[in-house]
Amino acid sequence: MSEVLDAAAIVDVVEEPVMVKPSNKVTRADEIGETVGQPFTDSAKMSMRDVNVFYGNKQAIFDVGMDIGKNEVVAMIGPSGCGKSTFLRCLNRMNDTIDICRVSGQLKLEEQDIYNSKLDVVPLRARVGMVFQKPNPFPKSIYDNIAYGPKIHGLATKRSDIDEIVETSLQRAGLWDEVKDRLHQPGTGLSGGQQQRLCIARTIAVNPEVILMDEPCSALDPIATAKIEELIDELSEKFTIAIVTHSMQQAARVSDRTAYFHLGKLVEVNDTEKVFTNPDHELTESYITGRFG
Amino acid sequence: MDKLLIDQHISQQYNAVLDDLKTEFLEMGGVVEQQIIDSVKAITKLDIDLAEKVLRVEKSVDEREIALDELCTQVIARRQPTASDLRLVLSISKATRDLERIGDEAKKIAKMAIAMADSDELPHGFNELRNLGRRVQQMVNDILTAFARYDVDVALQVAQEDKAIDQEYETAMRELITYMMEDPRNIGRSMNISWALRALERIGDHAGNIAEHIIYMVKGLDVRHKSMTEIKKEVQR
Repeated sequence: MSEVLDAAAIVDVVEEPVMVKPSNKVTRADEIGETVGQPFTDSAKMSMRDVNVFYGNKQAIFDVGMDIGKNEVVAMIGPSGCGKSTFLRCLNRMNDTIDICRVSGQLKLEEQDIYNSKLDVVPLRARVGMVFQKPNPFPKSIYDNIAYGPKIHGLATKRSDIDEIVETSLQRAGLWDEVKDRLHQPGTGLSGGQQQRLCIARTIAVNPEVILMDEPCSALDPIATAKIEELIDELSEKFTIAIVTHSMQQAARVSDRTAYFHLGKLVEVNDTEKVFTNPDHELTESYITGRFG
Repeated sequence: MDKLLIDQHISQQYNAVLDDLKTEFLEMGGVVEQQIIDSVKAITKLDIDLAEKVLRVEKSVDEREIALDELCTQVIARRQPTASDLRLVLSISKATRDLERIGDEAKKIAKMAIAMADSDELPHGFNELRNLGRRVQQMVNDILTAFARYDVDVALQVAQEDKAIDQEYETAMRELITYMMEDPRNIGRSMNISWALRALERIGDHAGNIAEHIIYMVKGLDVRHKSMTEIKKEVQR
């Protein structure tokens, strides 16, 4: 083997510094420039422009502008505190529940201005549904969990109609076969993954146009996660989906486009394939390759 | 998050594994480059000992290929690399195969050297072999440097050189054919020389392939099956 060793020693390139990486030390929000990539689409279901969000005096979101295309799955990623969840919560005015939160800018669901002061948020939240990090079924039966929304939104009154909504919603959420024999048992008795799918069924029961998901799998095991991800893929045929996730692999698996947030700014939006193979912005690159976050 | 050290992964182990991958690749490149030098020397000096050394070392080149492939598989399975890391691993995986093929070509030349040393025909065509050999060895050296430094410009030069090598190969072949036509007794030896030239030309092709992998690794551009003009235009954009 000595022949091999002296051969290797001859090539001096081995001794040279191996990696020359561009280094970009953006540590303040004002050093991040305009959003790069393709934040806008021609077929926008929701369009946001110049969105700023404040909690009291502290600004959490800076001049964010992007579209969410019809029947598209958009993933929002970024380090903790980057504003991705805050931004998601603006999309169905979930931030209204926080007193010190103030939102400015233009946010539209098709032609509807979401932050119009005359707008009733209850029907808005039926059109733009939300699934949370922790499964939060009502302390009621599986059946009632699904039936509640359609009843209060007046989508159905007849028992047979409600039965049908319950069945189709559970089927679409991939839960029907597992619960059809125990519809009147409490929803809280299901496993975590089943509860999360119950919450998704509850969301789609009111026939929304957009589904917002705030880390829907972070409390679930890999199998339950895989089921939800499979579901997201199927649901995107009918609904538009925006998902906030801490798992970059999940963003890579489920989304059509990926938005990268950093320090309250939208750094980059691009096709997911592009983001994970050759992102335009160095900050995106650093985050998804695990260089900070 | 006061200070971002984004040239380094948070995971030190990840850094170490990727560094290993690069070092092992460059070492394999070093061995393969020496194989070219040795095989060309063996055939032009009809040195059987050196030719046999090339054949022995070839086995270790194959082992290095397998080891590198395993390392790439492990990084993909355990780290799920993305973006530049993903491109690095994919490029190394592909470029390793090219290095291994270069090793195979050197082996062919060494075998030719042994075959020629046994016969007593007069030497001819050694100058062409030496010249082409020197040029492809330099290409391989350059391409390893380009890889080590993430240098797209050097990679482009190597890709360009590959086209020049193809031309030099054609010229050398024409000369050999003329020589064979002059005296049919030269045919046996000339055939051996032409196979060796062919092997060197293939080595140039593999170095050209590695140049494309480097462009992909650094720029994220797939420039395979494109003309030099197109490649340059894309890279400079």
